[in-house]
Amino acid sequence: MPAFPVAAAEAVGDARLRGNLRHATHTIRDKRARAVAELPDWPELRAAGAAVKDRTLRHLDHYLERLERAVTAAGGHVHWAADAAEANRIVTALVLATGEREVVKVKSMVTQEIGLNAALAEAGIRADETDLAELIVQLGDDLPSHILVPAIHRNRGEIRDIFRDRMADRGRPAPEGLTDDPADLAEAARLHLRRKFLDAKVGVSGANFMVAETGTMVVVESEGNGRMCLTLPETLISVVGIEKVVPTWRDLEIFLQLLPRSSTAERMNPYTSMWTGTTDEDGPRAFHLVLLDNGRSDALADTVGRQALRCIRCSACLNVCPVYERAGGHAYGSAYPGPIGAILTPQLRGVTSELDASLPYASSLCGACYEVCPVAIDIPEVLVHLRERVVRGGEVTVRGTRTVIRPAGGHAAERAAMRAARWVFDHPGVLRAGQRLAARTRRLAPRRRLPGPGRAWTDTRDLPPVPAEPFRDWWRRSRGEGSGR
Amino acid sequence: MSGREEVLRRVRRALADVPAGETPADVPVPRDYLRGHSPADPVETLAERLMDYRAVVRRTDGAGLPALIARLLAARGTRTVVVPAGLPAGWLSAADGVERVPDSAGQTPHDLDAVDSVVTGCAVAIAETGTIVLDGGPGQGRRRVTLVPDHHVCVVRVPDQVVGSVPGALERLVPSRPLTWISGPSATSDIELSRVEGVHGPRTLEVILVSM
Ligand code: SF4
Repeated sequence: MPAFPVAAAEAVGDARLRGNLRHATHTIRDKRARAVAELPDWPELRAAGAAVKDRTLRHLDHYLERLERAVTAAGGHVHWAADAAEANRIVTALVLATGEREVVKVKSMVTQEIGLNAALAEAGIRADETDLAELIVQLGDDLPSHILVPAIHRNRGEIRDIFRDRMADRGRPAPEGLTDDPADLAEAARLHLRRKFLDAKVGVSGANFMVAETGTMVVVESEGNGRMCLTLPETLISVVGIEKVVPTWRDLEIFLQLLPRSSTAERMNPYTSMWTGTTDEDGPRAFHLVLLDNGRSDALADTVGRQALRCIRCSACLNVCPVYERAGGHAYGSAYPGPIGAILTPQLRGVTSELDASLPYASSLCGACYEVCPVAIDIPEVLVHLRERVVRGGEVTVRGTRTVIRPAGGHAAERAAMRAARWVFDHPGVLRAGQRLAARTRRLAPRRRLPGPGRAWTDTRDLPPVPAEPFRDWWRRSRGEGSGR
Repeated sequence: MSGREEVLRRVRRALADVPAGETPADVPVPRDYLRGHSPADPVETLAERLMDYRAVVRRTDGAGLPALIARLLAARGTRTVVVPAGLPAGWLSAADGVERVPDSAGQTPHDLDAVDSVVTGCAVAIAETGTIVLDGGPGQGRRRVTLVPDHHVCVVRVPDQVVGSVPGALERLVPSRPLTWISGPSATSDIELSRVEGVHGPRTLEVILVSM
């Protein structure tokens, strides 16, 4: 993967992609604001959500063991995977043991993160994505570009072409004379996938939440493909990051209010499935839970970066991010794009590659992501912290072992980082959006000292206050509309 | 070292900053959010919000229920209907000429795919989110019966099965049961964010609010 600025520069040149993205992110963000405004206790819910996650993370070993006991007692099997390769080995072995060579999949970022489909393919197992957007991505030999709507970069004409040209390769071909009407395209997906659902013997999913107290797994979705994969097959395998555990049943009352409204901007998503182990004659006869670390414990070891593990993958931060809006999701080079990707990926993978070192710079630090985050992750704080790591090096945990990494001075990583920063500065729209927000939220900005690498500099100087009005706005206002561009 | 020991070892080492004596309860969780947002009339709110999500809402009382169900099935041209164990006998008493298919473990998904409609009750309904929750109890069937047939008629007893909010619903539910929360029919917005109803789940959800 190229570093962020290289990939972003390509995306910026693609006018259609930018148009699709801009339309989508603005539509969702406006709807989200209305859905959130309906709940007068949103700030309290947000604080509670952050606190529950902090409690869980500070005692993660305790809750994982508790979860394991509860799932096992309910008839499920729990497996532990330290990294992607181990998780892929476990899932592959479980599928092969059923004698099946095909699995149906519910949309799951974690299986994207570990490259499960490719690992299964190597073992001769075909994995079919069943979420409409994931199907579009899979048929198009493409990568997801958004957490919630992975095919957001495709418009209806492109989707029609992909269905028409590629559906036959993986089963039922697209209907004759398929139009680009979304209803028609959804119907084509329904027909293409129907038989796969009805015949499926093995389903693979992730989960949005796991309840330690009861062993309950929770999946939220809209289309019903999730319910199909979670209930019709005989064997269900769920691969879930260790950070997705919540302590108690009651805690779901917080997250089932925060997630749908932050994510799809609905009061509730059309379907939520909850299951605890296996149930006689209702749903899969075998349930396997694969608990995945893959760098999460390394992020946990960083007391500043740890908060990224609170993330409930709602995608609200993507939709408000001026950098994401212009660069597109592919530029981030991982399953996690946007602001959360910029802080999560370098923690999961380390900052040794050029791409990962550039991600903390793929931001204007405007703070909009923090404002919308339902679990109050201070993304700008973590970005600045990770920039310090790139530039200064220092002690980090890599695969469970404390290591000192060298500063990236003169190293390719620093060049990548600087290029990313320059990319942001070269895109006036990005910077402008950043500055506006900085002005609006300046009361939250540090008063006298910068966090992270700027700290030493502010030891002897006062930080200039963020102006009440960005210079560009002032110029335009005082010099007349349009003349200041 | 097994994956389990390795992951737990890494997690414990990562938490070196957490004082040895600290317990989970020492990390405060403020729960000063509201238990509900007290809609003035929960049943009215439920109806409104269900309709917002494109569910069809009907109202009747106990006496009118069998005739209403029969009418809804007839209007769809339903010839076969899945009947969950424990569905009150009277509910389908007026549905003449409709073949009853009992929900059974032996049924394959393909068998279910050939059925036109399903009629169920529910465990609880949430007013402010327009959600009905099924827990596999009497009259609700296995999870798949409300998934594969294209038409789902769900009966909610009002007001006693209606709660205002999500916290109220969780209080009433038993986590060990398989739970399905349904808010409107199956839908997708994956193509240019245009909402399309009915992808894989039932394309039509009709909710009958029965006053008891
Ligand atoms: S970081 Fe916050 S806003 Fe972004 S996806 Fe995660 S929970 Fe949502």
